[in-house]
Amino acid sequence: MHEQALTEKILRLVLAEAEAHHASRITKIRITVGELSGVVPESVDFYYQLIARGTIAGDAKLEFHPAPAVLHCIHCKMDFPKPPGDFRCPHCGNLGRLTGIGQECTVESIEVE
Amino acid sequence: MDLNIEQDLFENEAKLAEENRKLFKERGLMVVNLLAGPGAGKTSLIKQTAHLLKVPLAVIEGDPASSIDTDHLKSLGIPAYQINTEGGCHLEAPMIATALEEFKVAPRTLLFIENVGNLICTAGYPLGEAVRVVMTGVSEGDDKPFKYPDIFQNADAVILNKIDLKPLVQFNSSRYYEGIHTLNPDAHTFEVSCKTGDGMEEWVNWLAVKTATYWTE
Repeated sequence: MHEQALTEKILRLVLAEAEAHHASRITKIRITVGELSGVVPESVDFYYQLIARGTIAGDAKLEFHPAPAVLHCIHCKMDFPKPPGDFRCPHCGNLGRLTGIGQECTVESIEVE
Repeated sequence: MDLNIEQDLFENEAKLAEENRKLFKERGLMVVNLLAGPGAGKTSLIKQTAHLLKVPLAVIEGDPASSIDTDHLKSLGIPAYQINTEGGCHLEAPMIATALEEFKVAPRTLLFIENVGNLICTAGYPLGEAVRVVMTGVSEGDDKPFKYPDIFQNADAVILNKIDLKPLVQFNSSRYYEGIHTLNPDAHTFEVSCKTGDGMEEWVNWLAVKTATYWTE
């Protein structure tokens, strides 16, 4: 559901970029997906196959790069990498706050012909 | 050939929300984005608030399908407008701007946006609201801040609803508040029962002050 709207945005973005550079075909799209972005790459891929069909990006391969999340502990006053399945600071056990790192979903670059 | 894009898809949402913020200011609308899971009591909270707050109130309803809530609010004399997301799990800023082209809301109205029932995606799509309110019910459990930290972290107010059910369910208040206060020490917290009206006065008074402040800024 979430990914459908997001995938439409990705497609619009890459088509505009390719057109601006007079490219005839998009072969690859590189996307960074933050661990806490709520974006499921498989789902983006699923929607992409449906909505990109018939465009110059229809055959493009989607390459997803995971980005780990960083949290901040207000008690220890330090950042820490988010432990798997947990939001707690490994030093004091309190919940860490989100820093924005790991919440992004960035279209990094495309490969065109 | 490689072409660099480096566009964060969520960054763009913040820009769109900023456009809405200007639109709301121009039209004199104090906007509340109400976020909660399905069945937490969003529509009930709006109904109770409309009853107690001495400010004109209007509602934009977001649902994947149906106009059940909008029909109900209209039957109570509350102006309401339905957005159906056709399966989409959250409202986005441009949907609100488009709705306001058709939905005529008088200046100096408190506009509630009842978002789609969802604690995940709605957190990532700011709508340009002045106040963001997150609500859960005691029947949903005390672990919500731990499972959905994003939505609690960016809330101005957090409402715990259905407190009349507390004796019937296992709800550990100190665990719940530990989560909220660690994630968001500045959040104002309220405990209400939309059914009995308990706790509503405190919430409505807070909202009234927020609204008055918004209009004098």
